[in-house]
Amino acid sequence: MSTLLHVDDLRVSFPTRTGVVEAVRGVSFSLGQERLGIVGESGSGKSQTGRAIMGLTPQQAEIRASRLEFSGIDLLKASTAERRALRGNRIAMILQDPKYSLDPVMTIGRQIVETLRTHEKIGKSAARERALDMLAAVQIRDPKRVYDLYPHEVSGGMGQRAMIAMMLIAGPELLIADEPTSALDVTVQLDILRILDRLVIDRGMGLIFISHDLRLVSTFCDRVIVMYAGKIVEELKASELSQAKHPYTQGLLNCMPKIGSDRHPLPVLDRQPEWLL
Amino acid sequence: MTPALSIDKLRVVYDDFIALKDVSLTVSQGESFGLVGESGSGKSTLLRAVAGLAPVASGTIDVAGKRLGKTRDKAFYRQVQMVFQDPYGSLHPRQTVDRLLLEPLDIHGFADTEKRIQRALDEVGLGSGFRFRYSHQLSGGQRQRVAIARALILEPSVLLLDEPTSALDASVQAEVLNLLEQVRRDRKLTFVMVSHDLGVITHMCERLMVMQGGQEVERLDAVDLATRNVAQTYTRNLLVASEGFVRDA
Repeated sequence: MSTLLHVDDLRVSFPTRTGVVEAVRGVSFSLGQERLGIVGESGSGKSQTGRAIMGLTPQQAEIRASRLEFSGIDLLKASTAERRALRGNRIAMILQDPKYSLDPVMTIGRQIVETLRTHEKIGKSAARERALDMLAAVQIRDPKRVYDLYPHEVSGGMGQRAMIAMMLIAGPELLIADEPTSALDVTVQLDILRILDRLVIDRGMGLIFISHDLRLVSTFCDRVIVMYAGKIVEELKASELSQAKHPYTQGLLNCMPKIGSDRHPLPVLDRQPEWLL
Repeated sequence: MTPALSIDKLRVVYDDFIALKDVSLTVSQGESFGLVGESGSGKSTLLRAVAGLAPVASGTIDVAGKRLGKTRDKAFYRQVQMVFQDPYGSLHPRQTVDRLLLEPLDIHGFADTEKRIQRALDEVGLGSGFRFRYSHQLSGGQRQRVAIARALILEPSVLLLDEPTSALDASVQAEVLNLLEQVRRDRKLTFVMVSHDLGVITHMCERLMVMQGGQEVERLDAVDLATRNVAQTYTRNLLVASEGFVRDA
């Protein structure tokens, strides 16, 4: 398995009025054609890790790393134009809520075609065909109708499918999914994951799946990284989640109410100051 | 014993959309009742109709044996309080916690406000250090505690909980759920709780109703879910979905 992405000692910090806030503090991992989950609570730096790889960190933030490399390209030295050429083409990102991340004044079809024509020389009608095929691939039953709809005219699940279609149309090698199903109903959630799963396998992509839901991630990914306060506290195989060693991971697993287990009160996470070190 | 809440053939209509189609349910005093379903199933609408926040087209609502009319009087709001889903949206951004908690007391003409505010904050585990902060200076979990304190400060007997923990991290959710159970035990409250999370509902409630498209799908005891004793396919699908992703072989 060839390695697609190298991240070595990644640090993201934001200057604020009250001093520098370090959102990511030395994260290292590498990724091949596999499904990697990054799990953590709000503020753990999981999304900023994904954004740094994608090149979407706000300008005032500072990114440092001893190595941040995507298929031989040094992302830290790459120019803005080079980054732009990568983004949406070889690296793509699915965001949480289709309500906010799709352009509200553009039809779904046009948005998909725009992505495609930014990265490929392709005629209008051919692009339309590709977009329709892609919509069908994410299991939208009536692609021709959905193509001409605006984002507010479709449901959350449908919007998220449209976003996946848009992200995959240029055939990326690396897909970063930042809470792709958190805004959706549980039953729709699984449909979306099934689509994502099949496309990732069929096209041999690398996937980084960012989520706060440890149980969901462990059923979907091959490997899981658990983050706390900007650092990786544990890395484990998804199948071995129940044997997690770090008290934070164990605490996260434990504090969820489960059907059929009678625990009153629920165990709560006892945050230790040494986890921050 | 008169039930704490009794709803008969309740129908809620927005223009030409029927959000709730003749739903009936009875919750006895001290019980915790759960409503589960996807978005659009009408579970929140049901709560809002009880609180007087949704247009009731037909059907009746009785609280502690008393029929509710079109408008709710002051006494009703002392009896029934609601906690909303998003603690970022349900607290006034320009009022301190103190001011937020004072308002309901003022409206209902309580005298010993000082002591009550103090006690309400202690009860939700915040302490007086939080009293003069603004909501933006609090975390999501702390905000939800303030919202719960605000609901409890009038000493209601029924608490309507609309997804009280779904905007919170799992570890914070556990803390808030424990707090809710604690106050329910201490004050012998009746809960009606809405959630999309079957795990949360079975943890908190003895009985529950599964809803879809504004209608009742099935009524269950929490034990039935644990033993998979469900009749409807829809409920079964929800159960399967709550267990996470399964890769087809």
